[in-house]
Amino acid sequence: MDALLFGIFATIAIICAISMVLQRHPVSSALSLIGVMGSLAILYLLLGAPFIAAAQLIVYAGAIMVLFVFVIMLLNAGAEPKPIRQSFLARALGVPLGVALLGLLGYLIQKTVPPDSVMVRFADAKVGSAQDVGRALFTQYLLPFEVTSVLVLIAILGAVVLARKEL
Amino acid sequence: MNFYIVTLIKFGLVAFVFLTALAYLQWIERKVIAHVQVRVGPNRVGPHGLLQPLVDTIKLLTKEDVLPGQVNKFFYFLAPILSVSCALVGIAVIPFGPKINIFGVETYMQLTDLNIGVLVLLAGSGLGVYGIAIAGWASNNKYALLGGLRASAQMISYELPMALSIAIPLLVYNSLSMREIVEAQNHFYFGFIPAWGIFQGILGPFLFLAFIIFMICAFAETNRIPFDLPEAENELVAGFHTEYASMKFAAFFMAEYANMVNICCLGTHLFLGGWVPLFPSPYSDFVPVALFVAAGGFCLYHGLVNPRIKMDGYTLPVFGVAFIGFGLAHLAPVLKDVLVPLFWFLSKAGFLLFLYIWVRATLPRFRYDQLMDFAWIKMFPASIVLLFIVGLLVALGF
Repeated sequence: MDALLFGIFATIAIICAISMVLQRHPVSSALSLIGVMGSLAILYLLLGAPFIAAAQLIVYAGAIMVLFVFVIMLLNAGAEPKPIRQSFLARALGVPLGVALLGLLGYLIQKTVPPDSVMVRFADAKVGSAQDVGRALFTQYLLPFEVTSVLVLIAILGAVVLARKEL
Repeated sequence: MNFYIVTLIKFGLVAFVFLTALAYLQWIERKVIAHVQVRVGPNRVGPHGLLQPLVDTIKLLTKEDVLPGQVNKFFYFLAPILSVSCALVGIAVIPFGPKINIFGVETYMQLTDLNIGVLVLLAGSGLGVYGIAIAGWASNNKYALLGGLRASAQMISYELPMALSIAIPLLVYNSLSMREIVEAQNHFYFGFIPAWGIFQGILGPFLFLAFIIFMICAFAETNRIPFDLPEAENELVAGFHTEYASMKFAAFFMAEYANMVNICCLGTHLFLGGWVPLFPSPYSDFVPVALFVAAGGFCLYHGLVNPRIKMDGYTLPVFGVAFIGFGLAHLAPVLKDVLVPLFWFLSKAGFLLFLYIWVRATLPRFRYDQLMDFAWIKMFPASIVLLFIVGLLVALGF
């Protein structure tokens, strides 16, 4: 059952990811990205991390992507025109290089993971509940957590400064 | 196997009752607003207009499904589906009562008890924004686009103070599961003061302030008066659903009411103690009986003694007998465990829903800049300060 659901939602995630790259209209791309995030949230749930799944939905799909969609609609960006002339280099080398990259990744994964180990353990994550995430953030990873908050603060200040110049 | 059968039965019950309640909520709203404004309200179809929702549904189902020429078809159809499915998902995690035992089958009066129940509701309302934003954009109409943009900006802004005000009871009860939150409130101080969130000792006043912030944000989240700028008809025709007709329009309508119900249930569980009654157990069991029998007696009196119109002479006695029967059902041994908690839960959630309608009948609409200022300058700082104070008190061990 878990494996079947994993297969379904992994496929949806990949289809949405491909569609995000191929779509010509920005709104379609953004919605495909939301599809990717939603199916990733379900994969987190399958792995036994309900809090991370909910955070994925609320923060990424519910807040960040809403702002993306909002800006796209506000600017009323239309579909981008089909490029008239594609680069010869991109057409000749794109597909072989992509296949080579995939092959390399597959080879590395094959090599690093011992062949007899199970790669995905469903409902087995030990750090997925709200309590576990909170405990890890405020004990083991306290310094990175605080440094990140300073980083976010700097980003907010930067955004304010940039917006001020425009006014 | 037993689990699947029980879940299927519960699912069928909840789906049927919930969808019917959504339809009748609209009848109640029209009736209440009519009486506030000294009108009669719907009274043509069925006794006291009681069949109006059914007729409205048939009308919307059979209406011509107009497809405007300028719309982006895929997104135009996607938007109402997104909207209504995000809104209907919430009811799955809401508990309606404690663990019950019917003929040896033990089950919770809830579809699923997730340990992230509150977050699922938040995610549902957060994703519901897409339905409205996409509807506005796909309609390819200036008014609809403006309505959609207003709705998404407003919902993003009010989600922040709402999430912060939800975090306050979560801090106090130390759980994300709605059932555990309610069970933490299920006791009485000195034997008679219920330990609902807003009566919670020293933390009570702060939780009450959080409850007020939560309710204000709930009004804005569901795009209701006084925050219904997305569908301000004197500026924007009908806002984001201007171009929608028949069932697609009904889907938006249903989503709005489902969101209202979800958010009222959430507020009841977090702040008003869910199904915990106002009085300790032996007394509280008789409150619903007394209320329903009194209502039945009232109906019987008006139906039999001096009916105002001839029709009342036939319909009111039927209602009276039904009310009295339903009230007495609260005393029956097996039904009692189900109906009494359900009565207390529904009466609190129903009061919050009534508040929605009451406000709609009385208050005018905000201006858009006032709406945004209110969210960012007043609600947001207030909820952060509250969260700090309650966090400090909880850390000090109150």
